Amino acid sequence: MNRVVKNKKEKKPLKGYIMRGGIRALPHNLNIDFRRNKVVYLFLTIILSYFIIFNYLPMFGIAMSFQKYSPVKGIFGSEWVGFDNFINFFSGPYVGRLLKNTVLIGLLDLLINFPAPIIFALLLNEISNRVFKKTVQTISYMPYFVSTVVAAGLVINFTKSGGAISEGLAFMTGGVSENLLNIPEWFRPIYILMGTWQGVGYGAIIYLAALSNVDRELYDASKVDGARYIKQMWHITLPGIAPMIIMMFIMRMGSVFSVGADRILLLYNASNYEVSDVINTYVYRLGMKDMDFGMSTAVGLFNSVIGTVLLLTSNKVLKKLSGTSMF
Amino acid sequence: MSTKFKEKPSRILFLIVNAVILLLITYVCVIPIWHMIMASLSNPTALNTHKGMVYFPLKNVDLQAYKIILQYSKLWSSYLNTIIYIVCTCALTAVLTTIAGYIFSRKSFFLRNGFIMIISFTMLFNGGMIPNYIVVKNIGLTNTALSMIIPGALNFFYIIIMRTAMDNIPNELAEAAKIDGASDLKILWKVILPLCKATFAVIMLFTAVAKWNDYFSALLYLTTRRDLYPLQMILREILITSTSDISTNSANIVENASIYKKAIEYACIVVSTLPIICIYPFVQKYFVTGVTLGAVKS
Repeated sequence: MNRVVKNKKEKKPLKGYIMRGGIRALPHNLNIDFRRNKVVYLFLTIILSYFIIFNYLPMFGIAMSFQKYSPVKGIFGSEWVGFDNFINFFSGPYVGRLLKNTVLIGLLDLLINFPAPIIFALLLNEISNRVFKKTVQTISYMPYFVSTVVAAGLVINFTKSGGAISEGLAFMTGGVSENLLNIPEWFRPIYILMGTWQGVGYGAIIYLAALSNVDRELYDASKVDGARYIKQMWHITLPGIAPMIIMMFIMRMGSVFSVGADRILLLYNASNYEVSDVINTYVYRLGMKDMDFGMSTAVGLFNSVIGTVLLLTSNKVLKKLSGTSMF
Repeated sequence: MSTKFKEKPSRILFLIVNAVILLLITYVCVIPIWHMIMASLSNPTALNTHKGMVYFPLKNVDLQAYKIILQYSKLWSSYLNTIIYIVCTCALTAVLTTIAGYIFSRKSFFLRNGFIMIISFTMLFNGGMIPNYIVVKNIGLTNTALSMIIPGALNFFYIIIMRTAMDNIPNELAEAAKIDGASDLKILWKVILPLCKATFAVIMLFTAVAKWNDYFSALLYLTTRRDLYPLQMILREILITSTSDISTNSANIVENASIYKKAIEYACIVVSTLPIICIYPFVQKYFVTGVTLGAVKS
């Protein structure tokens, strides 16, 4: 540990802390190091045990995906069935629609909800009136503070027949207002737009911060050269925030496949399973409703593995492009 | 800038269109929230037949819905539960993240990189919903309040931003304190923590918001103990699954309570959302630092 030498006696063990070629060397005397830094080692034990219990123990639970798991017998007593759970899943009736929905919802979310905050930030950046800018910005992240359950409740209310959104739609198309969530084609747009409503202002924070870091002198210089707004936007503003955009994009790419269950669980119902059921909601239903732990774990594992591969790939791309990485 | 130069007509047109678009976005952000307040105050019969947004209380101001939810004790006890969960989770997260950040920010700690690897692996890969559930169940946390507090109290991302904040504190400060005979705990408490207050506040804020939003862990872990439900679970019953007994419960307060169903829903939304909406403008500056911090450091 990092400790200032007080007397000659303690000098020797300290030598070990000197970095050798970038590798941290082991202290010569672990015993003394341990006694001196009892508190640090205690802290380490607490943190490690937390991660072992709540993050590493569940990884052993993955064994269940190769079992016909029975809660009574436990992991050690249950029958091993090899890849049966995976084979059942991939030959089952749902695999096609689950994969399609997960990928489609993930990609749509990326396509709409990734650029939305950037456009919003760029528009807001053009405003020179500070009070107006500040007010719009503050109000725009209000929806982020509405809880997911309440937001879903509002969405359900607004898309019911007679609700504001379905009335507005009926007015525009000249039809009758219907319960939009019961019509399969409407589920995805509603889900994505709920995300937009909750996230656009909040997501813009980071781009506004990046925009304020773009060198003002560049604008003044370009003005002298006769460049005006569109040219400035194209040659100064966008290149200025491009690293941030690329980084955020790659980070989101990594999570395209992990569409969370919680938001979908609130919005979906039996009449739109066809378009709304994703892998994570299926894992939830299998495990917690049907109590088929083995199969549920298998499907979850499949999802995790693809998610990890995506995350690693996007991280590699990020490293190559910008020299930074997430981990 | 705009006063110095004479603007081209196209620029002026753009500015007007831009302002209109931004005002529209603002309108879309605000109006659902305004709608829910006004709807909760409306006459219930008028509300049931009303179509579209409610801009002002319909017909007359009717506070009956609030009277109904006021006596619905489940809502208030779940409110209290949520507050307890938030306070406890924040406290636990504060302690764990601080000590984790402290040990991982000590540059001379020879195990530092190894342990960071071990912990960062958990961000890449996890056991999944059911294995997590089985572990929480087997250590006896399911159907206890602790299941809402302990799992998820520590996460890798918070540790990393905490560590980065502590890394930025000059090493000499801690060393000077050590010469003066201060213990690790004392250095952490008196020297290091006061210098990373902002990061600390950001982590607390993120934790609190996440816990406030969380209904999914209650869905998993609190299967039999409805009295331990957080607010979001009760709201889910009222708004989403319509399995709440709030209308039948209110039969003794108002006649034909069923016409109040919609007004009750909105009143519940208001009492659960308005406090947050009132608080957030005051904490938004921490959010701005937090989001920027997260993006730069991750």
